[in-house]
Amino acid sequence: MRLDRSGGDVAPSLSFTFDGETVRARKGETVAAALLANDIRLVGRSFKYHRPRGIWSAGPEEPNALITLGRGAAQTPNQRATVQEVYEGLEVSSQNRWPSLKTDLLSVNDLAAPFLGAGFYYKTFMWPRAFWERVYEPVIRRAAGLGALSGAPDQEPYEKAYAHCDLLVIGSGPSGLMAALVAARAGSDVIVAEQDHALGGRLLAEVEEIDGAPAADWVAAAVAELEAAPNVRVMSRTTVTGVYDQGTYGAIERTAMHVADPGAAPRQTFWRIVAKASILASGAIERGIAFANNDRPGVMAAGAVRAYANRWGVSPGKSVTVFANNDDAHRTARDLAAAGVTVAAVIDPRADAQAIGDYPLFSGAQVTGTTGRLGLTDITIRDASGKDQSVWTDCLAVSGGWNPSVHLTCHMNGRPVWNEDLAAFVPAPDAVPGLFPAGSADGAQSTADCLRTGAEAAIAALEALGQTTEAPALPKAENGFTGHTPFWLVPGKKRAWLDMANDVTVKDVKLAAQENFASVEHMKRYTTQGMAPDQGKNSNVAALAILADATGRTIPQTGTTTFRPPFAPVPLSAMGAGARGKGFAPERFTTSHTATEDLGAPFVEAGLWYRPSYYPRAGETTWRQSCDREVQMVRNAVGVADVSTLGKIDIQGPDAAALLDFVYTNMFSTLKVGKVRYGLMLREDGHVMDDGTTARLGETHYVMTTTTAAAGQVMQHLDFVLQALRPDWDVRIASATEQWAQFAVAGPKARALLDVVLDGPIDWAAWPFMSCGNIGVAGVPGRLFRISFSGEEGFEVAVPARYGEALYRLLLSQASVLGGGPYGMEALNVLRIEKGFITHSEIHGRVTAFDIGMERMISAKKDCIGKTMAARPGLLDPARERLVGLKPTGAVKELTAGAHLFNMGAEAVRLEDQGYITSVCYSPTLGSFLGLGFLKSGPDRIGETVQMVDHLRGVKTEVEVCNPVFFDPEGGRMRG
Amino acid sequence: MRITCPYCGERDIREFTYRGHALAIARPAPDAGEAAWDDYLHLRDNPAGATQDLWHHGPCGAWVIVDRDTVTHEVAGSKAVAEVKR
Repeated sequence: MRLDRSGGDVAPSLSFTFDGETVRARKGETVAAALLANDIRLVGRSFKYHRPRGIWSAGPEEPNALITLGRGAAQTPNQRATVQEVYEGLEVSSQNRWPSLKTDLLSVNDLAAPFLGAGFYYKTFMWPRAFWERVYEPVIRRAAGLGALSGAPDQEPYEKAYAHCDLLVIGSGPSGLMAALVAARAGSDVIVAEQDHALGGRLLAEVEEIDGAPAADWVAAAVAELEAAPNVRVMSRTTVTGVYDQGTYGAIERTAMHVADPGAAPRQTFWRIVAKASILASGAIERGIAFANNDRPGVMAAGAVRAYANRWGVSPGKSVTVFANNDDAHRTARDLAAAGVTVAAVIDPRADAQAIGDYPLFSGAQVTGTTGRLGLTDITIRDASGKDQSVWTDCLAVSGGWNPSVHLTCHMNGRPVWNEDLAAFVPAPDAVPGLFPAGSADGAQSTADCLRTGAEAAIAALEALGQTTEAPALPKAENGFTGHTPFWLVPGKKRAWLDMANDVTVKDVKLAAQENFASVEHMKRYTTQGMAPDQGKNSNVAALAILADATGRTIPQTGTTTFRPPFAPVPLSAMGAGARGKGFAPERFTTSHTATEDLGAPFVEAGLWYRPSYYPRAGETTWRQSCDREVQMVRNAVGVADVSTLGKIDIQGPDAAALLDFVYTNMFSTLKVGKVRYGLMLREDGHVMDDGTTARLGETHYVMTTTTAAAGQVMQHLDFVLQALRPDWDVRIASATEQWAQFAVAGPKARALLDVVLDGPIDWAAWPFMSCGNIGVAGVPGRLFRISFSGEEGFEVAVPARYGEALYRLLLSQASVLGGGPYGMEALNVLRIEKGFITHSEIHGRVTAFDIGMERMISAKKDCIGKTMAARPGLLDPARERLVGLKPTGAVKELTAGAHLFNMGAEAVRLEDQGYITSVCYSPTLGSFLGLGFLKSGPDRIGETVQMVDHLRGVKTEVEVCNPVFFDPEGGRMRG
Repeated sequence: MRITCPYCGERDIREFTYRGHALAIARPAPDAGEAAWDDYLHLRDNPAGATQDLWHHGPCGAWVIVDRDTVTHEVAGSKAVAEVKR
């Protein structure tokens, strides 16, 4: 119900829906505050037993009040009602109930509870094995669970972002604000991250004074100072979720989750914040007490109850009771009574407890039970004399003390330390380098302590950054409410909940101990304690205390479970923002891309590049028809292909030749200016890394070509050789792949085409095979290389990339006059297989120069990368699988890449394996399928027939082993 | 994780590519013998503690030796390979 407070409170101006019912709310309220204001206590059903559940907390640790927002593709399940802010038109639905929240048929599970304890599924659903995945799992999954996704792709925008600072302040309660003020005044670059939409932490929820005025005034002044400081960035609605190496922090910002019409604004943003140091001022989380039926709607954390009253002017009940072992929780009774709410009883198990206001106090007493099917109606109190009495109440505020939020200090393997005085875990010293815990996250018990430790932590952090700061004058603040005596559970036979989110009870933990799952890690997995969305924030320490008791150990001996990132749920859509669809991998387009699209060519991906597969013409219905035509066009007229995707590395300097001699197996220092040579590059282990041609444009100037796939790897390799092995050489390298557009022009009419395109009359006698040089191309300075990957007389003409598209269109229009045209990757592949030229299908990382018949290319006159290890006897064994050509001779006239080779008559099994096929094509030139592959002792078996078996595709045939150069083995066509 | 490139300053790990232990910069002579080459190519310690890694900084092309602790993940420092070898 809403409290009648003097001054300020405005009438509810918003409405949203909860399960279709309209709810009135005030701006700035959470869904939880608005529901409680409207006396809606039942908000969900529990995970396993489908028990009616209400709101427990007032913050991000909420275990029960999980809700679904929106509908359809944008439906977002498992949001916390205690975090989600209301806005006009918000649609909220409860979860895990059918047909309705009040009448949930699966609540029969609760009646079966005696059989459904920890380990029930493991013990029950064992046989038959075939039922595990097909029957048991689907049924259990339907019965148990949380909210559901819609199944439709979520098109809502999300974002990833980066930030850097000197000091990251995590949390903005009294310690966080004080730390931020000290650092801000010292001129540091500060980020303050606060999960709430408002700064202030617990000060927003308490009735306290700072420097003689309401705490809220001090908060407002501090926030105003921080927001005005140019060196401070305040990030509200931002939860720090993880700590990573070298001061990297993950954080999730609810950027537009609170806005009715966010438009293109990201719903949530995943931040990576790099901070030189940080202050952990994450506060503390209240823990409950385990007693019979302590999970009913209306049973709430004591601190949450007064937060709703003090901050939002909402009382969660009309007649409130308090059950607590500490002085702090008495504030709930005091504050609600002051607000005019009936406080029916305060039950404190401490015999010496003192009241701090006008309310009935039961000291030395306990709550032994509750009633109320869909919401709390009564509690049973056993007083100090052992007498039971029933008290009518619709809200029981519970507190078993506070647990410092140490989670982030554990993300880099730190283990928190048990503090006997506080009966709580506190951060281990130096758990995270550069992270300074402060305030109640570090065990501080009062506002005064929080302010002091916040300032101290900031001074220590700044000192670690090399900055000396004077201690500030501390504001005068509250210093009481620190008394407490550990109290974990009220003994009894009925179920007493620990982890409400996962329906784990005291009995389950005791059963785990009894069945010897006595290690905390085993207990956790056996009972699922702490494995729900709240990750045990509310219940882990109590469960640990009960496990310690059940196993006769102390809490430190029992240990603690490991807190891992993320501290709060992070949607995958935020982590993966921008990486959906086309965003998943960047696309690299050649300069001829648009012209190629205009011709209707389908593209094939080559790394990040997109290359044309083939160019369909009218009447062609299959890719093979286009491919065959393009091959014949190159063999009979002229074809044009964009080869710009090949890596181009510019190499200049007096030692350029020495570098090439060292990275290639063959000699480049002897190459004459104006000539091109094919080179083979090895890895240091003697296997082939890459191949390509390198042109010598000047005495100290070469241009190296790599394959498309290995361009990056080769560049990195050359960097390594120059920096790590031969830094004494005077040579510089630069990638020029994107600076040049380069086109292959191949076929008997290649010269005729170039005659039209190149400047001036060309003296072709001066351009023998494997020559290169500068040349004018349609008035633009370019380069010409006479090289061939097709076996025809071929050239590659290069121009600065900005002229690429124009040159490509010019080449195509002139080629068509000669009966030529463009050819794609399919035809390019056929042309090279006909000639036995290798690609990375053959040099796949496990083959040597010897395997591809190029061992003679390893020069004896010099050292090179890979030379020593290539000489290992095992790598020169003639019985190795070596490159051969293959042609089908059996009834099936087809070859398949990836098929394996077996001797005739041998069984097609692994032990009989003789080799495999790497590349195949149909050759229109030779009227046959052709293949390249590796066969044991291959070159010694030319003319032999072996079996080809493709187990995957079910293809089987006989193949003849041949020389890999099928077409024009003398090379007369390309030499011209 | 953050690594300092000696030329560009402190950068995010995603700008770097890893390449094993820094002893890869000590290439044996061609005639150093099988054992030396086997050691160079294949044999690596697996220390719990201080180690030296090679990382390639993609944006500038520098190879960097990073002093790192495999237990604490602390990065003690980094230097350019080219400077070490000079």
